[in-house]
Order: sequence, then C-alpha cells, then structure tokens
Amino acid sequence: MTTAPDPGPGFAIPNWVKATVLTLGSIAVTMLGLLFITFIIGRVMPIDPVLAIVGERASQATYDAVYRELGLDQPLLVQFLYYIWDVVRGDFGTSLLNARPVSEDIARVFPATLELATLGVIFGIVLGVPLGVVAAVRRGSWIDQVARVVALVGYSMPIFWLGLMGLLIFYGILGWVGGPGRLDIFYEDIVPTRTGMILIDSAIAGDWSVFRNAFSHIILPASLLGYYSLAYISRMTRSFMLEQLSAEYITTARVKGMSERAVIWRHAFRNIRVQLVTVIALSYANLLEGSVLTEIIFSWPGIGSYITTALLSADMNAVLGGTVVVGLIFILLNILSDLLYRVFDPRAK
Amino acid sequence: MSGMTLRQWLLTDTPTSRRHAKMASFYKGWLTLRGNTMAMFGLGILVALGLIALFAPLLAPYDWTTQNLGNRLQPLGTEGHLLGTDSLGRDILSRLIYGSRITLYIVALVALIAPVAGLLVGTVAGYVGGWVDLVLMRITDIFLAFPRLVLALAFVAALGAGIENAVLAISLTAWPPYARIARAETLTIRSSDYISAIRLQGAGPIRIITKHIWPLCISSLIVRVTLDMAGIILAAAGLGFLGLGAQPPSPEWGAMISEGRRFILDYWWVATMPGLAIFTVSLAFNLLGDGLRDVLDPKDSET
Repeated sequence: MTTAPDPGPGFAIPNWVKATVLTLGSIAVTMLGLLFITFIIGRVMPIDPVLAIVGERASQATYDAVYRELGLDQPLLVQFLYYIWDVVRGDFGTSLLNARPVSEDIARVFPATLELATLGVIFGIVLGVPLGVVAAVRRGSWIDQVARVVALVGYSMPIFWLGLMGLLIFYGILGWVGGPGRLDIFYEDIVPTRTGMILIDSAIAGDWSVFRNAFSHIILPASLLGYYSLAYISRMTRSFMLEQLSAEYITTARVKGMSERAVIWRHAFRNIRVQLVTVIALSYANLLEGSVLTEIIFSWPGIGSYITTALLSADMNAVLGGTVVVGLIFILLNILSDLLYRVFDPRAK
Repeated sequence: MSGMTLRQWLLTDTPTSRRHAKMASFYKGWLTLRGNTMAMFGLGILVALGLIALFAPLLAPYDWTTQNLGNRLQPLGTEGHLLGTDSLGRDILSRLIYGSRITLYIVALVALIAPVAGLLVGTVAGYVGGWVDLVLMRITDIFLAFPRLVLALAFVAALGAGIENAVLAISLTAWPPYARIARAETLTIRSSDYISAIRLQGAGPIRIITKHIWPLCISSLIVRVTLDMAGIILAAAGLGFLGLGAQPPSPEWGAMISEGRRFILDYWWVATMPGLAIFTVSLAFNLLGDGLRDVLDPKDSET
C-alpha cells in the first residue's frame, strides 16, 4: 500500500500501467519458459527428426538437404527463435503419423476435451459449493464428515481406475450409460460440426436423439471429472466459509436478528465469491489436464488421447504441439484467476 | 535419569542436553500424532506396506513371473489364488505383493530427489536474494505454471519409457512447491538474530545454509512431502497405466490395471485389485500427511 514518491510532472506513470506491464512481462516470461522447455525436450529426443522424414534408405545427400531444410545446421539459439516464430503463427509442424499440420489436428480434437472438462467443472461447482457451505455451517456434523471423506477419497483414487470401475458398473452391469466414445456409431456424422462440441451442435441442429445419445456418453466421464473438481472445490469453499463465519460482522448480523439463511448467503457467501472464482478457474485448468487419463479410459477423442497416441507412436511434433497448447491454456487460466482476484478484491490492489 | 521413567525423562520441562530436548520434542509430537486415529491408521497401512515389500518372497504364494496358461483369468477365491489370476495365469496376489516394492521404490526416489532439489533452489534463492532470487523464482514459477502430468508425459517421451525415467519426470515436475516453501522459510530465518550472531562468528554462507537454515526447513518439507506422496503414487501409476512407466512383465500396479483394462467387463477383478492397492496406499499417505500437518505445522491446519 505504499505510494512511490511522485517523480514530478511529465514522468508520472499511472500505477495500473505499471501493473499491466509487469503482468504482461511475467506472462511473456512464463510462456517463453514453456516454449524453451518443449524446445529442449524436442532437441534431446532420441528420435532423429530427419530420419523420421526421409526414411532409413535415403542417400546422404537427401539426408543433408532435409537436415538443412529443418534448420538443424543453425545454432541452437537461432533454432529456438525460429521455433518461437512458428508457434506464434500457430505452426506446430506436421504430424509424422498422418502428414497433416498438427495445429489442424489439435483444433479438431480440442472441442471434445473442452466439452468434457466444462461439463465436469459445472458438476463440480453445482455440487461442491453447496456441500462446502453446508459443511462449514454445520461444522463437525455428519454432513461435514461426509464431505471430508468424499474429498479424501477423491484425492486418493487413481482417476483412470475409477473410470474403469464406472464403466464396469454403469455401462457393463447396469447399462445406464453409453459406453466409450462420444456417440454410438449410427449417430455419428448426423449433425453438422459447428463448434465441435456435440451437445451444442446437436442442440443447434435440433436433433434431440443425437443429443440424448451424446449425453448418455458424456455423463459418466464428466461426472468422474466433476467428482475430482468437487473434492477440491468443496474443501476450499468450506475453509473460506469457516474464515468468514468466524468474523465479527457475522456475529453483528446475527445479533441484529437476521435470519440464518441471510447471514450465510447474503453476508458470508457474498464475501467468498472472489476467492471461489479463482479456485474454480484453477480447478478448470486442472480438469483440462486430468482429462488426459479419463480420455484414454473412455476412448474420448480429445487432446489427451491425441497426445498419448502421438507419444506411443513417437510423433514428436504432435506431442510437443499438444503440450504447448495445454500448457498455454493452463497458464492463461492461472493468470485469469489471478487477474479476477485482483480486479474484484479491493484489498489485493 | 535415576528415579525417572523413560516417559518422565522425555516429558521433562528442563532438558539437560540438546539431544535430550530434541528427543523430548519428538516424543511430544509423537504423542499428538498418536491421538489422531486416522493418522495412525494411515501409518499402520504404510508400515504394513513396508513389511510386505521387505518380506515379499516369504509372503507371496507364487513367484510374480510364473505363468500358467491353463489357469488363466480365474476368479477371486479360486483354490490357491485368493485374488484370482491374470491373463497369463499369474497369481494376482503375488504380483500385488511384489508390486509394493516398485511403489515404495518410486516413492522413495521421488521423495529423495524432489524435496532436496527444491530445498537447494529455495534456500539459495532466499538467502542470496537479488538477481539470483529473481531468476530462480521465475524458473520455479514457470514449472509451477505447467500442467504436471502433461509435462511428465513430454519428459518421458524425450527420455524413453521406464521406471527410472518416470521417477525423473515426476521429480522434475514435483520440486517447485518445495522450492517455494524453502524460500519462504529462509526469508523469515535469514533476518533473525541468531543468524547474525553466527555470521559475526565468521560462518560463511554455505555453512549458514546447510547447518542453520536447512534443519529448520525440514519439518514443513516433510509435511508437504507426505501430503504429496499420494499425488506421486497416482502420477506414477498413471504413467505405468499409459505404458510409459514400468514395463511389462513388471508387476507395477498401474501397468497391471492397464493389462486388466482389456477385459474389464468380463474379468473385472484383474484391473480392480491393483486399483484398490493404489487407493489404499495413497489414502494412507493422505491420512498420515493430514496428521503430520497438525503436529508439525499447526498454522496450516484446516480445523
């Protein structure tokens, strides 16, 4: 809260400009770091990128030509700069598997992950926030204990195993949900692709049979991700609420004779909304990552499946492209949560 | 200590030596921890796990590699195969017992590498300050901003699949929080009077960091490591499940789930049993971690 001495007229830089420049600078450094790490990983790979293109029977001359074409004869720093330039233009190179640009592939698979993670985080918020509030209000009650166990189990359970168990019980035994994949095979390619998110696309097209089928497929993996997000969100909500409920203004409100409901929701909960939004943004970022293993289990054609498949077939451009995209989104969500906090919480200024 | 029981000696208010004081405070911490049923439950599971790993050859009814194709995919409770057999007729119980060794091996390695790296980076950054601090913390932030599993995937892709590389990849993604903690501790310790006193006595920075700052960072690091262990086990199992960690025929639990996944709908126990094992162990670490946090670091305690 200290104010710097005014350097005189003409030199004063408003504080928000300074703060913005600093934030942008730190974002730039973090992103450069991300690119640097993926660049290094790409360089220390035991796979020879030239050999992967020309094949083993190519002549030395062809090999050298491709070597130069890829810029591998340049100093590492120059190569790194080229790499940054490529990424900035959205060029992640060509997939070795299908010879298509990696960026196109990622644009194709990403909506599937987004759809899954978004539905997951919605579950997490809808169930986790009320659970956390009630656990804090009725501290020590059975519902608090239940919330505690739910979170503990969520932190301890391997997500891919829970997914398998879910498939076994709800698909294999009970038959309540659709199996792996986004749609049953005879529902595929019926609705035109607009957003790439089938629930939205089918709703736009008004084709509710496709919508129902897509929903029966997404409900299980989304609930699974939702459970993990619920574990985190409910814990954080509980501890934020406990902090507020022990504050003096709450006692004042109660003494005034306010109803308990108004005290909890209009006073205490109002004050944790900012913190909660940052937690939700973080949880969303974690879900995008957590979807990697979930996608494998449910054969969900998202970015997690894409990276893993590419990894197992040593398609390095695809792996690094996917890593950069997930990393960038992760960083952006982190920054967003930080910014929201600063914008909405006057104390953080 | 004549006329005193060991308990009285440990609980005295007037310790007679430095070692005495240390043991007394350790004993008091232990008493608090012992009062926490859930933490003791977690500790019990982990001790059992250690014993199982140690005596695996004695406990396992079969060798973990012995195949018996005539006896494949037997259900739970089959004669001689309590937890059934897998697709190659190997005894699942025996493989789980031997797999505990791999789990402990991974946990131990990561627990050695990541906190030590974090401690080094954090204390140096905190003690030296200035540019060094800025650069080291910026690097830490970059690693913190990464999605951990995806970064570990990319590392394993570069290094090649295998347990050691999985350990390395997990450690590379796990050290930044430790660096943060160690730096924060260092910053508070650095300006205290006793550090100035030691400096006036002529102690150099290396001696101050290693002998006077590190010991004080340890307790908060231990709590954090214990709480992180569950995540590390889950990450290692995830890598094993993806085929990027331990390779078949290794009885690593994640890899066993991956094998069992193919026939989950018909032979559910093959994938279920190793999953229960992972769940039990990571639950135990979470319970113990919560308890340790209450003992060693009451200010962060949730209740």
